[in-house]
Amino acid sequence: MFAREHKLTAWHLGVAMTALFIGGFFGPLQKLEYVGINLYTTLNKIGIASYYQGLTLHAVLNALVWTTFFIVGFFTYAITHSLDKELTHPKINIIGLIVMIVGLIMAAIPILLNLATVLFTFYPPMRANPFFYIGLVLVVVGSWVCGWGFYLTYIAWRKENPGVRTPLIALGSLITMVLWQIATLGVATELLVLVIPWSFGLVEGTDPQLARTFFWFTGHPLVYFWLLPAYVSWYGMLPKQAGGKLFSEPLARLVFWLFLALSVPVGLHHQYLDPGVPAGWKFLHALLTYSLFIPSMLTAFNVVASLEIGARDNGGTGLLSWVRALPWGDPSYAAQNLAMILFVFGGIGGLTNSSYNLNLAIHNTSWVPGHFHLTVGSAVTLTFFGIAYWLVPSLSGKPLWNRKVALVQTWTWFFGMLLMGNGLHILGLNFGMPRRTMIGAASYAADAWTPMLIEAAIGGIILGISGLLFYSNMVGTVFSKKRLEAPIEMPVAEPYESEPAPAWLDNWKPWLAVTVVLILVAYGPILVDMIANANMTSPGFKVW
Amino acid sequence: MIHVDRSEKIYIIISVTLISVFFIALGISSFVYGFQVPVPEQRVDPRTIATPAPDNPFGEPGLRELVPGKKYEAYVLAQIWSFTPREIRVPAGSTVTFYVTSKDVQHGFRINETNVNMQIVPGEVSKLTITFDEPREYDFICHEYCGVGHQSMAGKIIVEP
Ligand code: HEM
Ligand SMILES: [Cu+2]
Ligand SMILES: [Cu+2]
Repeated sequence: MFAREHKLTAWHLGVAMTALFIGGFFGPLQKLEYVGINLYTTLNKIGIASYYQGLTLHAVLNALVWTTFFIVGFFTYAITHSLDKELTHPKINIIGLIVMIVGLIMAAIPILLNLATVLFTFYPPMRANPFFYIGLVLVVVGSWVCGWGFYLTYIAWRKENPGVRTPLIALGSLITMVLWQIATLGVATELLVLVIPWSFGLVEGTDPQLARTFFWFTGHPLVYFWLLPAYVSWYGMLPKQAGGKLFSEPLARLVFWLFLALSVPVGLHHQYLDPGVPAGWKFLHALLTYSLFIPSMLTAFNVVASLEIGARDNGGTGLLSWVRALPWGDPSYAAQNLAMILFVFGGIGGLTNSSYNLNLAIHNTSWVPGHFHLTVGSAVTLTFFGIAYWLVPSLSGKPLWNRKVALVQTWTWFFGMLLMGNGLHILGLNFGMPRRTMIGAASYAADAWTPMLIEAAIGGIILGISGLLFYSNMVGTVFSKKRLEAPIEMPVAEPYESEPAPAWLDNWKPWLAVTVVLILVAYGPILVDMIANANMTSPGFKVW
Repeated sequence: MIHVDRSEKIYIIISVTLISVFFIALGISSFVYGFQVPVPEQRVDPRTIATPAPDNPFGEPGLRELVPGKKYEAYVLAQIWSFTPREIRVPAGSTVTFYVTSKDVQHGFRINETNVNMQIVPGEVSKLTITFDEPREYDFICHEYCGVGHQSMAGKIIVEP
């Protein structure tokens, strides 16, 4: 059973890890440039024309490709195993994968040819080669197609199992896919209606403010698309890995539903400082953003309580010293627990970013990359590493190449990220150091920045080493000659209380309705107004 | 309803209360203390914004004096990869309203160590007001990626005694 699903998962993971390898390569280079060690002159020889071309690769490959491919692959495995049902229409998922890969290649070529040095936000009226945009659309559409394969499988499972509660892992994964499909309508509209015709020269001008608004319609829920698969693992799998049980299964379900309802209607919090958006709308989105902290607060309690159950079962005692009884020697566990700790810092920083007025202090400073390397770069990426530490052996039927190397990898990522995150946060907050900037060449970079720049650079180098350790383990595992004695199964945490969750936590209709209503309220009038008054006056520019 | 453990209930109540308190604090600080963010001010045409015309202050960007020594307007035009003007001199104690727009791609405008921070979007005018009390210099920086020369896009405000 599941042979086809495993193969699909392996393909997704393989593409994801290759992307991260290439994208990650530029991370340490960026950090070195900040402290005056400019390796880009050497890179010119292999066709990397500028810091910004490298940065485009870094962010597109890490934030868009690594995440999307890993998530779809992980879900292919998790949904089918959780429902204990093979894909009903595997062809759909194969087509989805092919579309994603074709899109990736189509987008990668212009970036590599320096025809799309527009960073991963591609704000118009910077204009890239049209195939860059078409490629991105195909990656997204391919992931939708994979989602449809999941839904059809789920619908078939539902018919066979009337009245049974959807297993939590499947439910969380499916909600995440639906969230993604709703969220990406924004960027799909931006690209298909505004950008692609304009990049082909079919229309002269575009409206950059409107394009930004469509972009951020997707841009915020995008971060929950990254984060929720980690939550699926933290709730659905990690308690089992720690020998515990899921403390409150119904509340875990509620959290996923709340994210579905609340993730989209908050995108304007990325546009607090945009000139074309009225203050009232910004404030409404600030309010909704604050409400989005509640499901994350619920998660913190529930996951910690679940881990505590495991630790106490393993002989842990005391108010806090039970923490030592957690399975720290298991790299899959350690990676995810460290990811959670970094996420606490990321969450606190996020509260600042989303505050309507505090945002003035940090908008577009290096505080922001400081923040999202703790979140997507750590909470998510380190969790995915942790998942890979059991999933890759499970798929390949081979034991993890080296457990100690894996442990060193997780801790070096943790400390490297603490150093880099701290440095970037402080540089942004105290000195206003701008993000996405070749700081080593900036006239305004002051001597006072140096200590923190060095701290961040050291962090970046440690992270680079940590990344190499991860890859050595993956390659070592896949090419190992050893075979597992017993197959590795997906860890599935049992609920602590046996009573099943109430039916309203397993019912899509009300939650989808709330989601649509909230989007219409938070985006409807402002979008209608911006579209009616669209200012299609900006021609395209190639500025690199 | 869901059965929720007692300690978790208390935790949830505390969390929700905290978030609400934060939000109320945010509302008060935004509206009562008058923190400002850019809001729709004026639509312009980036293709003609740099052309001098009687009703186009961006045609000849720079500082305008409204009340000598007290009140000024600064029209700043952003383009790849410079601001016009690059240098702005005002006396200490003056209140300056910045109007910034772009004739090409998106840019950023942040006066370091102040609360002036805006996104510059072609077609829109970003506006914020600030009072400079002490004599000193400030950097203003483009903080949105605007092409390969982005790192050199900056200027200075000199507050004179
Ligand atoms: C080897 C570890 C890494 C290092 C040393 C590193 C370093 C950096 C640095 C210094 C920047 C800021 C560049 C600038 O603003 O000029 C940056 C940007 C960025 N990084 Fe990383 N990074 C690493 C891994 C990751 C990972 C794992 C992700 C996501 C999964 C990621 C996503 C991003 C994104 C989205 C940007 C923003 C680019 C932009 O603003 O357009 N990075 N990285
Ligand atoms: Cu956001
Ligand atoms: Cu710039």
